[in-house]
Amino acid sequence: MIERVVDRRLPATLLAHDAKLPPALEQPKLAGLQALRAEAVERVGALKLPTSHDEAWRFTGISALAEQSFHRPAAAAAVQAGDIERFAIGEAAVRLVFVDGIHVPSLSTGVGKSAGAGVFIGNLAATPPNEAATVAAHLGRHAGFHDHLFAALNLAFLRDAAVVLVPRDTALAGPVHMLFVAAEAGAASHPRVLVVAAPGSEVSVIEDYVALHGEGGFSNPVTEIVVGAGAKVEHVRVQRESDAAFHVASCAVSLAASSRYRSVSVALGAGLSRLDLVVQQTAEGAECSLDGLALIGGDQIADTHSVVDHLQPHGTSRQLHKCIVDGAAHAVFNGKVMVRPGAQKTDSAQSSRNLLLTRKAVVDTLPQLEIFADDVKCAHGATVGQLDAEEVFYLRSRGLSEAAAKNLLTYAFGAEVIDRIGVASLRRSLEQTVLERTERQP
Amino acid sequence: MIVADSRTLLDVRGLCASIDGTPILKGLDLTVKSGEVHAIMGPNGSGKSTFAKVLAGHTAYQVTAGEVLYEGRDLLALAPEARARAGVFLAFQYPIEIPGVGNSQFLRLAYNTVQAERGKDELDPLEFDDLVREKMQLLEMSPGFLERSVNEGFSGGEKKRNEILQMALLEPTLAILDETDSGLDIDALRIVSRGVNHLASADNAIVLVTHYQRLLNHIVPDYVHVMDGGRIVRTGGRELALELEEHGYEAVEAPAATAAPAAAGARP
Repeated sequence: MIERVVDRRLPATLLAHDAKLPPALEQPKLAGLQALRAEAVERVGALKLPTSHDEAWRFTGISALAEQSFHRPAAAAAVQAGDIERFAIGEAAVRLVFVDGIHVPSLSTGVGKSAGAGVFIGNLAATPPNEAATVAAHLGRHAGFHDHLFAALNLAFLRDAAVVLVPRDTALAGPVHMLFVAAEAGAASHPRVLVVAAPGSEVSVIEDYVALHGEGGFSNPVTEIVVGAGAKVEHVRVQRESDAAFHVASCAVSLAASSRYRSVSVALGAGLSRLDLVVQQTAEGAECSLDGLALIGGDQIADTHSVVDHLQPHGTSRQLHKCIVDGAAHAVFNGKVMVRPGAQKTDSAQSSRNLLLTRKAVVDTLPQLEIFADDVKCAHGATVGQLDAEEVFYLRSRGLSEAAAKNLLTYAFGAEVIDRIGVASLRRSLEQTVLERTERQP
Repeated sequence: MIVADSRTLLDVRGLCASIDGTPILKGLDLTVKSGEVHAIMGPNGSGKSTFAKVLAGHTAYQVTAGEVLYEGRDLLALAPEARARAGVFLAFQYPIEIPGVGNSQFLRLAYNTVQAERGKDELDPLEFDDLVREKMQLLEMSPGFLERSVNEGFSGGEKKRNEILQMALLEPTLAILDETDSGLDIDALRIVSRGVNHLASADNAIVLVTHYQRLLNHIVPDYVHVMDGGRIVRTGGRELALELEEHGYEAVEAPAATAAPAAAGARP
């Protein structure tokens, strides 16, 4: 047997751990999280930085992370409301703002306004005592960290978290905008999100990662979303951090009977971005759609690993993942669909479509189906290609310049995913971003 | 219509073109003056569609010899978009579907690009909407086509109408219609032909590339040319199309093989 030579650890600066307990966990009813956090600290010590020998990191070299030094800000950088105004989403009833992972109440809006009896939207530390049991029952329980270094690291450094609790049969009016701002160059942050939608409820959440600088940094978010029986959750995830940043994210979604979860994830920024998205259909008749768009160029790497786990019968899943790769960028998609024994009548379709704009652009796409039930309908497919020459000629024959024709076709390719975002102003602003990013001068 | 002393729009001399090293056009001559309607007929593989695409500047074809003057300028030196802006329009035999690009967005972009080139005002979405709806009436198209992606899921007839709609918007000086009649039922053929006839004027010219005579019952040509082996081998008036209909291509081409003046006759 060949011994592994490479044995990397996370940089010491990332691991510098303050023993002090975050105030949030001093609440007696959240005390259960202390043990979980201690466990995570132990796992961080034991787990090594993944290498290309690890199947889950085969195409995405994370070793550069070990060569960087990061610091963990003790307090949030001074960010003014005007600095983040351009990220405002008009439809959002509530905006929770975190600067380098630290909750900033003064930048947050709509918090504390009555969104309805029993609704809680706020920072972990402000969890009302009567909701503490719900938080303790879910936080850290869905995003597995025992074998996942980054999820363990997030939990080990648990401090602030965006918490959205929606009680039974309640529909929240507007989306909840969770804005995570990278403000200090070289900062490491561990954003955390927990959304619990009780049976019959409806909520729309926007997870938005932005940067105020073009420097490096490390964001390591973990999101957990629990969708109760018959509940509906819409989830938009936008990652538009600095091109020099590392962004390594996990999202775990648990779906109860006849619940519905729809997500659109858009990756535009970060030098290296990774999203591990795991959706479990834990009861009958759950429905989910997971759509994704990675639009990258230069030397960027964007990696999406998704798992849709059909554990029970009559589940439906749909997934459209698109990558537009320019420059010498590298996109990775690994999409697994599991159909467990007994998950009969599962109906699943997955499509990975990729557009390479240059000869140096690379995509690795790996759709995987693992089916252990015999009465199911599952389809998957992947395409990788360039812009269609006939389409380009058709547009040019109508007077569009070659550059304008290519821009329009590239835009249209990405717009199919953006169009699925239900929040109109965010959809428009992302369409504009895609249009600008795809606009290359003739 | 043949107009005395009208200006020459297109002058093709000895045009040779190939695709991937295979010669398709082998010395084609054609002169088109403003006001005229020309029909180019010929059996499959004679090079009709290639000729249409070469005029529009399709990048897959290489011109190996000959010249093409459009309004006295070297057409072959122009990029496809420059030809379109200068007033050359190709209605595609197989219009391309472009998912994700809205038809109205596409039509307005093309319209405004060409307008800007002509020094005319561009239209905002509302103004354009009025214009395009008016043009759509001519082709009996429902406004619903504006909301859809370009040609996506359109029937064959709907795609062809969308081509003529683009012609109506762009008001070309030289329109080349490549097999516009193929795939049309008799009603669609009547609508499309009426649209084309409406757009024909003394200031522009139309080149119809077609395999069948039936289109020429609706759009009456001034000249009919027969292509074979990458050249125009015979030219005549409308009656030539009827002769083709009756006797087939082989009978019509036969005399041309020995009659060199046919090529010269292609340039009235």
